[in-house]
Amino acid sequence: MSLEFRNVSKRVDGTTHIHPTDLVLAPEGFNILLGTTLSGKTTLLHLMAGLDRPTDGEIWFDGKNVTGMPTQKRNVSMVHQQFINYPNFTVFENIASPLRVARLPIDDVKSRVGRVAELLKLSPMLDRKPSELSGGQQQRTALARALVKDADLVLLDEPLANLDFKLREELRDELPRMFADRQCTVVYATSEPGEALLLGGHTATLHEGAVTQFGRTADIYRRPRDLQSATVFSDPPINTAPIRKQGDRFVLDADVHWPVESGEQELADGSYIVGIRPHHIVPHASPDHPVSLSGLVHATEFSGSDSSIHFRIGAETWVSQSRGIHPTEIGGRTGFWMDSTKCLYFSADGQRVPL
Amino acid sequence: MARISLQGIRHSYLPEPATEADWALKQIDLDWQNGGAYALLGPSGCGKTSLLNIISGLVTPSEGRVLFGDQDMTDTPTDRRNIAQVFQFPVVYDTMTVFDNLAFPLRNRGFTEGDIETRVRETAETLDLSDRLQQRAAGLTADSKQKISLGRGLIRPDVNAILFDEPLTVIDPHLKWVLRSKLKDIHRQVGSTMIYVTHDQTEALTFADQVAVMHDGMVVQTGTPVELFEKPHHTFVGHFIVSPGMNVLPCTMENGQAHFAGTAIDADNAGIAPPSGAQLEIGVRPEFVSLDDTGIPVEIRNVADAGHHQIVDAWHGGHRIRLLAPEGAPIPDGTAHVRFDPPHTQVYADGWLLTEDGK
Repeated sequence: MSLEFRNVSKRVDGTTHIHPTDLVLAPEGFNILLGTTLSGKTTLLHLMAGLDRPTDGEIWFDGKNVTGMPTQKRNVSMVHQQFINYPNFTVFENIASPLRVARLPIDDVKSRVGRVAELLKLSPMLDRKPSELSGGQQQRTALARALVKDADLVLLDEPLANLDFKLREELRDELPRMFADRQCTVVYATSEPGEALLLGGHTATLHEGAVTQFGRTADIYRRPRDLQSATVFSDPPINTAPIRKQGDRFVLDADVHWPVESGEQELADGSYIVGIRPHHIVPHASPDHPVSLSGLVHATEFSGSDSSIHFRIGAETWVSQSRGIHPTEIGGRTGFWMDSTKCLYFSADGQRVPL
Repeated sequence: MARISLQGIRHSYLPEPATEADWALKQIDLDWQNGGAYALLGPSGCGKTSLLNIISGLVTPSEGRVLFGDQDMTDTPTDRRNIAQVFQFPVVYDTMTVFDNLAFPLRNRGFTEGDIETRVRETAETLDLSDRLQQRAAGLTADSKQKISLGRGLIRPDVNAILFDEPLTVIDPHLKWVLRSKLKDIHRQVGSTMIYVTHDQTEALTFADQVAVMHDGMVVQTGTPVELFEKPHHTFVGHFIVSPGMNVLPCTMENGQAHFAGTAIDADNAGIAPPSGAQLEIGVRPEFVSLDDTGIPVEIRNVADAGHHQIVDAWHGGHRIRLLAPEGAPIPDGTAHVRFDPPHTQVYADGWLLTEDGK
């Protein structure tokens, strides 16, 4: 089953929310909408659900034009960032509610709720009310309700954003497995590049109401079409700087330059923008990172296993991300080393080169 | 300013606690030096907010003492503890200017206008608020308002400690790193004792020199970011800090040698005799597991691309062993072998790291 946008756009009171969009979602695996707050993720989900009508264009599902078809007729389920459950229903009744609406026989209801509850580790909690559950269990209940009715289209709007870090990790692991045996199109909106990568499938990068690129998640990450897509898909942000190509060298400044790789030889000499992801710059010399840089340390952050060091180089602020805890003196000058074979190049107007 | 000591703190919200589960805080002993940067890190429900409220005086503990320097403060009310606190959500007066908001805690305590002027200018400078001092707070964004709250916490020169309770919750993710490292910077400049409560490990590890990890009403480890990563004292710390967390695998011990599902494993602390009857486990972080030609035979069932590395799920004897492989490294299909880095492989007894002194 496949969902298709044909030149769909959305304007509200003269303001463009979604620019004209053509998009054919993958029928299997996750389709991820990746973008910051207000990039248009929720608007796209509402258009897919039929909660909202496009201003122009058509939406096709499973070979049928469904533009303007009301949500109730579409066999769609949706999970929101805020856990939404019926507070006065038990977990069982919450999960069963879409089946009750569809007037399924009680034995069917029981067996289907039982199966989904088992999958989502909710079996011991079926008699409880949502208020007696942890945040993670409440969101599992909402997910169970979306899973129980065998929807053709499942829309997940940042479903893990309100959970603790460890619960988020656990559910993120489980989610693709929950949908593995199902014949349905799944769309998952997130603002976190790391989450998109781990969920895999396909990704659409979004920026200010426009889909900048769509394809296999790993391809979009490693081969962005333009600077905007690369920026959306990088946390910490991808490092960029204006450079020049001069013969067989790329030149950042008098001290920092590196050889042109075989794939880039066709580029004409002149001005470009280089993009290099934070983990391709490390704070220690290594054979894989031959290009040395010098930066003024501006801030350091530690996750449990990695250090992110923010530093100034010329007019830019760059980030190096590496394994281990590397305390560095704020305001001091430190050496960094870069793997220049991982550099991406963009023309002045932001298009990736060579294509 | 003063050293803060928590001695034998236990707390229950029930009038007559019967079982161990009735205690929100089971046993807390902590010593915080004057001028240090500390964090209390743990998931929701671990007791960190209860502990914060005991330090600030909003809650009196059922048992134990709270000392500031040599002075017993256990029964002293909040307003006489001389503590500044910054909360999750901004606490500002919308109708006042940024200047008057910052000046408020000082005016309340009768500082002269001259002193106030100096302190407000200094604090505004630290938080990059100098160009907004005459603006009304009402028109500002949530993160600017939270900066004002931070400023009000930092402005008094004479406090015993500054407590931060999840202060970056309302900050946009793209600005968080700026404020995270700013707070660390501020601690260096100001030099007050600061205690930062959060469930976010990056915030805790970036801010604090010493992080107390809380779990189920107890502090399971206090340590530097490096110690918490390299040598977790409890399997919970290994699990909670870093994503993905530490592998925890059942094991047996014979004559100073650990065995996991039929394979001998070299562990750093295997020479120590475990207490009899204890449940034994091996803990090794995915960062310290590697693919090799020999070692523990595994079946590779899943590889997730995390961008800067790959997360590999390898299975042996019904147990999942996670390991990290470099970006782009070839991962064999089906069967393979893994090995654990011995200095970073530890034995745990009933969840606790096996040590010479038994704790």
